[in-house]
Amino acid sequence: MISLRHILAIVRKELLQLRRDRLTFGMIVMIPLIQLVLFGYAINTEVRHIPAAVVDQSNTGVSRALIQMVEATQVVRFEQRYITIEEAERAIVRADVRAALIIPADVSQRLVRNPAISGRFSPGGQDPTARPVAQWIADGSDTLVAGAIRSLRGMPLGELFREATNTPVPTFEVSLFYNPEQRTVVNIVPGLVGIILTMTMIMFTAAAIVRETERGNIEMLITTPIRPVELMIGKIIPFVGIGLIQVFIILGLGWALFSVTIAGSVWTLLVVTLLFILASLSLGLVISTFAKNQLQAMQMTVFILLPSILLSGFMFPYEGMPEGAQAIADLLPVTHFMRIIRGVVLRDAGIGDIVPDAVWLLGFSLLGLAVASLRFKKRLD
Amino acid sequence: MSATVAETFGLSRTFGAKTAVDKVDLTIQKGTVYGLLGPNGSGKTTAMRMLTGLLRPSGGHAVVLGTRLPGNPEPLKRRIGYMTQGFTHYRDLTVTENLHFVADIHDFSRSEKRQRINELLEIYDLDAQANMLAGAMSGGQRQRLALAATVLHGPELLFLDEPTSAVDPETRRNFWEQLFDLVEAGTTIIVSTHLMDEAERCHRIAILDHGQKRADGTPHDLMEQVAGRVFEVSGTNLRPISRTLANGADILSVSQIGARLRVLVSKTAENPQAAVEVALRGISDTISQPTRPNLEDVFVLATRNPVR
Ligand SMILES: Nc1ncnc2c1ncn2[C@@H]1O[C@H](COP(=O)(O)OP(=O)(O)O)[C@@H](O)[C@H]1O
Ligand SMILES: [Mg+2]
Repeated sequence: MISLRHILAIVRKELLQLRRDRLTFGMIVMIPLIQLVLFGYAINTEVRHIPAAVVDQSNTGVSRALIQMVEATQVVRFEQRYITIEEAERAIVRADVRAALIIPADVSQRLVRNPAISGRFSPGGQDPTARPVAQWIADGSDTLVAGAIRSLRGMPLGELFREATNTPVPTFEVSLFYNPEQRTVVNIVPGLVGIILTMTMIMFTAAAIVRETERGNIEMLITTPIRPVELMIGKIIPFVGIGLIQVFIILGLGWALFSVTIAGSVWTLLVVTLLFILASLSLGLVISTFAKNQLQAMQMTVFILLPSILLSGFMFPYEGMPEGAQAIADLLPVTHFMRIIRGVVLRDAGIGDIVPDAVWLLGFSLLGLAVASLRFKKRLD
Repeated sequence: MSATVAETFGLSRTFGAKTAVDKVDLTIQKGTVYGLLGPNGSGKTTAMRMLTGLLRPSGGHAVVLGTRLPGNPEPLKRRIGYMTQGFTHYRDLTVTENLHFVADIHDFSRSEKRQRINELLEIYDLDAQANMLAGAMSGGQRQRLALAATVLHGPELLFLDEPTSAVDPETRRNFWEQLFDLVEAGTTIIVSTHLMDEAERCHRIAILDHGQKRADGTPHDLMEQVAGRVFEVSGTNLRPISRTLANGADILSVSQIGARLRVLVSKTAENPQAAVEVALRGISDTISQPTRPNLEDVFVLATRNPVR
């Protein structure tokens, strides 16, 4: 029924065309390379050196010591000094600084009563007159910045008095598995495999069929005895190889530049990556049967790519999203892949741990292939 | 020379409000070259696409090699060849790569494929271009490649949509020689054209205009039918004479051919010669005499007289 000869004829033709298409060839290599370097260095959810201002109304040794201590945390970097609070507020509006520390004139008295040090002065309990020693105003529109400033709320102050901090015994002990140094890039690199494959695999296949239409080749093709499913399979096979090359580039560079190693089995990785590549390719084929030209194919790819980046768990944890968003995310192949690849690369997950997502990807691929083949009509109307 | 290979019955196709092919009846006999003659937009391509199963008719039906259309055209695709109007093989593949692709799709074995491709390269004089990208070749070379790829699987019925529009007369003449070689081998050819000299080479033609068939028959018979209504007028100062004639009753068209005017008289005129003379009354020094009609006259007469 399905002719291997026909499929191979399409594969050979695609490879020949690809070899002569410098631009696409370049994109195959450059997209993973550039994206990896960009995302790897730029995305950092751990915020440091936020530009800040200080309004020191006290201007004493204590206030200067406080400023030094705050700066020593590396969360902020004081770039401006203002006399009045209004000036500081305007600087935040202009985004010259993202936050401002306002140290009141009575900072010394406040310090004495502060519970962080009060143990020294009144062991009997909290001083009812205790007030925070100083005030932060911050640009709350960026939640990451706001969160970083907030983390300074409970900053230990013991050092001000040249003493060991009186940190209480923690309620919980926390052991971080798999990424003990808490480097964002460890989570980013395997995730990028999913994002880059989503982008390139969908885009290349979608364009592959649309190009035949745009250049008129389709009229010749549908006059031959080729079957739609043969055409579809032949179109995706070359891109499976290309997808694997890209995975190799991303994980290889991830290891070389960011020391992200593969904890799990390389074979498991190969199987799940192949499944995901197939799912993305068949999605691209479905798109190609809707798009009338390459621009439309590109727009539809972006339409899939955006939720893939935002909802798949690549940027934000899947578990933190509302149910509606999770439901949408579950429709995207990349969400399933994101879980699998992080499991395999970072946590040494075996085949058994990833079966449900792997089966889902396989089902999606077959469904996509069937839909694309059924939708592709060997007619011009 | 008697079996019918393709026949249409009231074949029609509309695109929205536009009727591209309008109730066309055609009968094409085996082993002939059948021409569809018509200006741009007359529905030639649309008709061919319906006959090859690429478009569904909106009315009427066709029987092509015993297959009824609309229906399942897939089995038909191994028995027909369709050379599209533009070049629709791959410009970024070489000549042999294109031919290999087509041979694979038509299930040629490795040895059959090599033999057939060598044969085609020789017949269509493409040996020197075998490894050239199709996109880098001249129009004539590309056209020969398209024909080679279209006949590769030995189709019984060949559709050629304006095959020679983009090539020079020399190439065109060679091309037609190759077509007659194919006919000699038993192939039936349906060819569309807007060129009179090309139509004249066909065994039979149908004249299409605005999607309607206006006339059909052998070029010879069609020309006989308009005999006596074509005149040549010579004289001095032809341009004003031409304008005067064009306004004459029953005069369909006047065109200047060098030092003479060619005048076509409508079918409705009782006495065509008289019609020309009446129109010329008052102009001195003119000679008008009947002349042998050509296919262009047939075409003009057929398309100027509304059929319905
Ligand atoms: N796909 C289409 N959609 C809309 N109109 C079409 C389509 N194909 C052809 N037509 C119209 O049908 C008429 C006949 O076109 P066509 O068959 O291409 O003529 P020809 O080949 O004789 O030049 C033209 O007016 C053309 O605009
Ligand atoms: Mg046409």
